[in-house]
Amino acid sequence: MKIPLKYIARNLVTRKLTTGITVAGVALVVFVFSAVLMLAHGVHQTLVATGGTDNVIITRKSSNGEISSIIDGDTQSIILTLPYIAKGANGQPIVSREPVVVINLNKIGDGVSNVTVRGVSEPAFALRPQVRLVEGRMFAFGSRELIVGQAIESRFAGAQIGDVVKFAGDQWKIVGKFEAGKSAFDSELWGDALQLLNAFNRGNSISSMTLKLERPEAFESFQRAFEAEQRLNQFEPKVERKYFEEQSEFLSLFISVLGIFVTVIFSAGATIGATITMYAAVANRTVEIGTLRALGFRRRSVLTAFLLESCLLALVGGTLGLVLSSLLQFFRVSTLNFQSFAELEFSFALSPQVILSSLLFALAMGIIGGFIPAVHAARLKIVNALRGA
Amino acid sequence: MRILRLTIRNAFRHRLRSVLTIAGIAIAVTAFGFLRTVVTAWYSGVEASSANRLITRQAISFIFPLPYADKEQIARLPNVRSVSWANWFGGVYKDKSQFFARMAVDGDTYFDVYPEFQIEPDQLAQFKRERNACIVGADLAQQYGFKLGDIIPLDGDIYPGHWEFVVRGIYRPRDKTIDGTQMLFHWDYLNERIRQESPGRADEVGWYIVKIDDPARSAEVSDHIDALFANSRAETKTETERAFQQGFAQSGNVIIGGINFISFVIVGIIMLVLGNTMIMSARERTREYAVFKTLGFSAKYIATMIFGESLVLSIFGAAFGVPLTIGLVKMFEQFVPKAWFPVFYVEPVTYVLAATAALLVGVAAALFPMQRAMRTPIVEGLRFIG
Repeated sequence: MKIPLKYIARNLVTRKLTTGITVAGVALVVFVFSAVLMLAHGVHQTLVATGGTDNVIITRKSSNGEISSIIDGDTQSIILTLPYIAKGANGQPIVSREPVVVINLNKIGDGVSNVTVRGVSEPAFALRPQVRLVEGRMFAFGSRELIVGQAIESRFAGAQIGDVVKFAGDQWKIVGKFEAGKSAFDSELWGDALQLLNAFNRGNSISSMTLKLERPEAFESFQRAFEAEQRLNQFEPKVERKYFEEQSEFLSLFISVLGIFVTVIFSAGATIGATITMYAAVANRTVEIGTLRALGFRRRSVLTAFLLESCLLALVGGTLGLVLSSLLQFFRVSTLNFQSFAELEFSFALSPQVILSSLLFALAMGIIGGFIPAVHAARLKIVNALRGA
Repeated sequence: MRILRLTIRNAFRHRLRSVLTIAGIAIAVTAFGFLRTVVTAWYSGVEASSANRLITRQAISFIFPLPYADKEQIARLPNVRSVSWANWFGGVYKDKSQFFARMAVDGDTYFDVYPEFQIEPDQLAQFKRERNACIVGADLAQQYGFKLGDIIPLDGDIYPGHWEFVVRGIYRPRDKTIDGTQMLFHWDYLNERIRQESPGRADEVGWYIVKIDDPARSAEVSDHIDALFANSRAETKTETERAFQQGFAQSGNVIIGGINFISFVIVGIIMLVLGNTMIMSARERTREYAVFKTLGFSAKYIATMIFGESLVLSIFGAAFGVPLTIGLVKMFEQFVPKAWFPVFYVEPVTYVLAATAALLVGVAAALFPMQRAMRTPIVEGLRFIG
């Protein structure tokens, strides 16, 4: 016969303080665990949102990010001769040739950080429909003007509409502010590609080339055509979404490895906390356990009851921790993405996977923490237990 | 004397519980010490910086180069002892996940400006003689098994093409605060090849390292340098090496801030583990304390006992946790690529901090049960059934 769940739950309520402390311990661990996962997921999500699935981005094969990629003019012309590139209404291919650099700006409050400045050609806005102007006006092609992503506008001093940013021996006026659907473009400044090339004296050496394919399925054919061209063997086409997703790899990995290493270690602390509590529960209820056994409950039922009690404890803690960490979703944080060498704003992002892993993690703490005390309880001899020994 | 014996006896009355509690505290102390180590490792570049070195780079941002011609102008300034320079090479070794610093440096001056990179004179001489020679750090050599005479192939990104360098020297970091994972080769070699392949980018320098006579003059010299190039195509920003490194370290402040925060959460967890044990112990002994009071022992006496017990447990926890920290740090080093944290060791102050945190928690955890034991009237205590 099974011991009713109600009995198990009531036991937790009886020792409010001890139960509360153990729950708090598990909650703290799960809070940190899920926060780390959410942060890593947030970086990933932001960069995935950046790239389109039917755009192709071409960069230098060995480059880690757009700023260390260089594509010279000849190569650009060769790329444009490839088949499957979509053409716009004017018959021109939908291609944006983009020089990407980073400049230093002062953060509001304290410190300096790197901010990406991306030069774009007109088709860039057709390629990235998520980018829309929300304030001011578009920069004029042919003039030294910039539009600013909302994450940079809100975090950096002197990056507001009407401000002038000084670099490359010239003054660049910020004339508009854009939103980019919480993607990495939110953390960039955009201007006319030709103006930037000119100012930085780069001739026609761009960093990356983004183009639209006639059909998204054409990527493999395009890739084959690309690879067949000997003169392009130092370059590499990638689906834009995949490219930006890969840009999140290092930062996500760094956060996850560090965070998970830490949480696993101190989950051991919380597990020990659960063990202590469960031991005390067993010790305090020796007579009660004896009574249960005398009433005919089997050893297995007692074992299950204590294990369930421990799991319940851990799950309550885990849920509490998750509730706390889900509040983090309202915060957006900004840090340097090592791969793009520039500031990237992202938020803590919850996903079903994060919830599941956190709860499983809590459950594991409960099972491991409760196992030995539960075995101990199940092994008690009825006579001794009734005597309260 | 008697109270001391009673306290220690009490602390280990529930042997299993005490052992578990001590283990819990030890683990938390370890995690705390480990996280502090991560934070100090992150700022290691700042700590290792020298007061008599300035870094001059382009004002727009670090990725833009400076003209090679600036060198002579800087060298002529008063209080400047010598000028060296370097370029970030980047590139790929084997595959993109093999990350370590690869830099083109001025072979003649770089090791004079950075005396903390120690190298055998004959290896240095050999390096200087050979165009495509390189010098690698001892930690890097160990990680990849580089030996003198080995060839290191790199695929360039900032400097496109295939590059090969011969290992002619292995530098030893002066002490454990110095990065031993860098690969350094001749700037002249890089420049020659760039001049042939893309002439427009030749004679460019990533940053200058300016050695000055008197650290007190660093601000003055910095202003002098920047004034030289004001309103030129490549304006400069000069700062002390320390400020420069600080800027780098700060770029990851969200992550490091998070780690800092977690290390305090851990102190909270130690508190919960120990607090829980103390509350349970004191609760179980409610009747016993009432008997003590009946016998004439003061409430203060009982409180002292509880306080002492908590302290005993936390001292044991700290004593086990501190050596564990060393083990954990070693394990982490095996676990992550060396280049993530080139300098990674436990600072002495970390031990002190971790032990102090444990003791403070010992004090805090005792407060609640102490108060409860002191306040419970004798009659109620005697009636207590648990």
